[in-house]
Amino acid sequence: MLEFLNQIINGLSLGSIYALVALGYTMVYGIIRLINFAHGEIYMFGAFAGMLAITVLRLPFFLALIFAMVVSALLGVVIERVAYKPLRKSSKTAALITAIGISFLLQNVTAMVMGNNTSAFPQVFDQKVYDFGGIRINSLQILIFGVTIVLMFLLQFIVLKTKLGRAMRSVAVDKDASVLMGVNVDNTITITFAIGSALAAAAGVLIGLYHIRVVFWMGTAPGLKAFVAAVFGGIGSIPGAMIGGFAIGLMEAMVAGYGGSMWSPYRDAVVYLLLIIVLLVKPSGLLGKNVKEKV
Amino acid sequence: MKNYLNKRNLITLVVVGLIFFAIQFMIKERIITAYMRSNLYWIGIYIILGLSLNMIIGITGQLSLGHAGFMSIGAFAAAVVLKTNPTMTGLYIGIGIGVLISLAVSFVVAVPTLRLKGDYLAIATLGVAEIIRIVLNNLGITGGASGISNIKMLMSWPLLYTFVILTIFLTHNFKNSAIGRACISIKEDEIAAEAMGINTTKYKVIAFMFGAALAAMAGSLFSTTYYIVKPDSFGVNTSINILILVVFGGMGSLSGTIIATFIIGFVNIVLQPYAEIRMILYALILIIVMIFRPQGLLGSQELSTKLLPNFKWKRKEKSS
Amino acid sequence: MSLLQIEKLTRNFGGLSAVSNVSLEVEEHELVGLIGPNGAGKTTLFNVLTGVYTPSSGRVMFQKGDKSIELSKLPPYKITRMGVARTFQNIRLFKELSVLDNVKIAMNHEARYGLFGALLRVGNYFKSEALIEEKAHAFLKEVNLDELAETKAKNLPYGKQRQLEIARALATGAKLLFLDEPAAGMNPQETHALTGFIKEIKEKMNLTIVLIEHDMSLVMEICERIFVLDYGKLIASGTPDEIKNNPRVIEAYLGDEVEL
Repeated sequence: MLEFLNQIINGLSLGSIYALVALGYTMVYGIIRLINFAHGEIYMFGAFAGMLAITVLRLPFFLALIFAMVVSALLGVVIERVAYKPLRKSSKTAALITAIGISFLLQNVTAMVMGNNTSAFPQVFDQKVYDFGGIRINSLQILIFGVTIVLMFLLQFIVLKTKLGRAMRSVAVDKDASVLMGVNVDNTITITFAIGSALAAAAGVLIGLYHIRVVFWMGTAPGLKAFVAAVFGGIGSIPGAMIGGFAIGLMEAMVAGYGGSMWSPYRDAVVYLLLIIVLLVKPSGLLGKNVKEKV
Repeated sequence: MKNYLNKRNLITLVVVGLIFFAIQFMIKERIITAYMRSNLYWIGIYIILGLSLNMIIGITGQLSLGHAGFMSIGAFAAAVVLKTNPTMTGLYIGIGIGVLISLAVSFVVAVPTLRLKGDYLAIATLGVAEIIRIVLNNLGITGGASGISNIKMLMSWPLLYTFVILTIFLTHNFKNSAIGRACISIKEDEIAAEAMGINTTKYKVIAFMFGAALAAMAGSLFSTTYYIVKPDSFGVNTSINILILVVFGGMGSLSGTIIATFIIGFVNIVLQPYAEIRMILYALILIIVMIFRPQGLLGSQELSTKLLPNFKWKRKEKSS
Repeated sequence: MSLLQIEKLTRNFGGLSAVSNVSLEVEEHELVGLIGPNGAGKTTLFNVLTGVYTPSSGRVMFQKGDKSIELSKLPPYKITRMGVARTFQNIRLFKELSVLDNVKIAMNHEARYGLFGALLRVGNYFKSEALIEEKAHAFLKEVNLDELAETKAKNLPYGKQRQLEIARALATGAKLLFLDEPAAGMNPQETHALTGFIKEIKEKMNLTIVLIEHDMSLVMEICERIFVLDYGKLIASGTPDEIKNNPRVIEAYLGDEVEL
């Protein structure tokens, strides 16, 4: 039972990371039906930006976090304007291949600038482990979970209570009608990219802090798993991405914790298997809507 | 058999033979160095990979991001067999086993996932390739994460050339048959294809399995060329490297894939010492091609004498 | 037995009945029209008949020779193989392919060789390909498109594209044809040419045709019987003259300002 609770705690902190990244996937997909394959690289970029903000700019952690979020948001905006916008009328395949290209580009530029090896992420907080009668919680896990919850509330507020959020929701439902209603569709799409990128960057900084290292390929696997989380929760649905992220985190923690030496190496494989099963059984996910092609 | 004996096929045969002997001569006379030869092997193996992926993406229009997974199946099958039987027979057995496993795995994968559309399919195939990689990483017989090394090196120009020509022959025939037409109609408009009586699921599965089998064959050649195979050599990046060839050359164009592979192969040689710049260049190729020329170098056209307006006599042959 | 029997067919989307409890019969060699205001469920009915959608309830029976076949249990490609083909409201040609290849694909079931025949070009490959080529050309001659055989479908003029789509549906060997707004977007000359074309192929190939159309002059000119849908329900059926004077039809159309 204790082991179970400990794995739940591990799962929730891991799931926070997936949920933050999944939100970006789901928002972008919701608004322009594109799987932003480069999203995992934004997360990686954010981790580096946070690391450099602390080591080079000497910013305190929370300022570094905000700095990383802002810079990554700008990167997201540039990518959207330069690479995705010209392709908005092209086939989905073309857009997806472009996204793959962007992902490749970001990884290799980072590798060239920052080197192929891992860089150390400064330990700005002393890690404390609290023991509640066998249930062990790491202080960084609390930080990750706390920051995630705050950001989620902020996002929900923006989406549900502001004019910008209303514009985002309307563009997601019907672009053409939104134009007629006076919504600036291009700007709304750009801002969606910015918000999604900022959330991924926050996740990147948090994971860098937790693992005390960053490296150019660190975005690939979490990016994919966060995508699985978005699909599992129902792609296009913001609450779905949150639930999906936590679900994937918990699942992975359980396989790692209970799989033993036999199954725990397959913790990633299980996530991909889940993806395929969800796509086949209920491609709309937990909270998504079914869309059928018009004939 | 008499159908094979026409002027066009004879010319093709002569050209194929001439290329073979020319390169063979240059290797013998050491005009082609060992270093260039290894690049030649790379180009040959990637032509097979590119053509096989073109069957799935270019001809049938199904975006697969898991091609390296099927390549790894062939690579490890050949590696395992060659460890106990380091002969040409061993290589052929390895290729055979690899192709069979690849067919079986691709069938299991294809039947359910090909129901998915476009980008969902891409992600699902990527997931499948990752699962294959993780399984290989944890499997005893394939040496776990460190893989298998000291595989018998059996690659030679005649062997490479035979398999490349075989692949071109098979993929060209596939494309220009009723099956190929069915696949192309699916790429063009799946709903219309179905309304024309095309069993779209069946043809998607056939194209997927055909591509997977050829990829396994290329994988086997890969392991005997580079005498070491590791599961991590067959990750997402490798799948994307193959994808670049198809996208750059033109989806649906076999000659386009071949030309693209040569170009990329030469770029590799020139940029050998600068790995990151090479990858950045590839990334830029993907992005720029998609934005400015999404159909690739040749589009779905084939490079042929028909493209030359002055060769009037070629036209007549068509009706014969 | 009628060639086509639709029995109490219903198709729901969510809580909405796009087609509700429609029963009708089409006799062999008939040319019938399916009309109704926008959103009446005409295209949905076609989509159910050709297997794109499965019916929520009811069934569709098709008479093939002596056998009675339940179409509503078959996937679209099998329905086509039974001899039932369609065209689409928004033309769905294989745009990048030549006119000839568009027709060849419709004739794909004529290929008498399998995967190995195709890959190695053995068995019936050459014979079968030559036969398909010949048949496709002969067919194109019959529908007056042979001169355009090598033209890419997307480069055809609009009227010819519509014509090719009908021809392609016929090339599947269909005896029952569903045409979804064949005259949509056409000018009067093109519509006139199309009317002639439909009449001609119907006689020449002994076809049964069901067509959806908004151009009432075309419907009244060539249809022998007309069915009227409104809000998913069949509200009237009869000869063009009967339909013109049917008060329920006039009422349904009033808002649409269509000259009957």
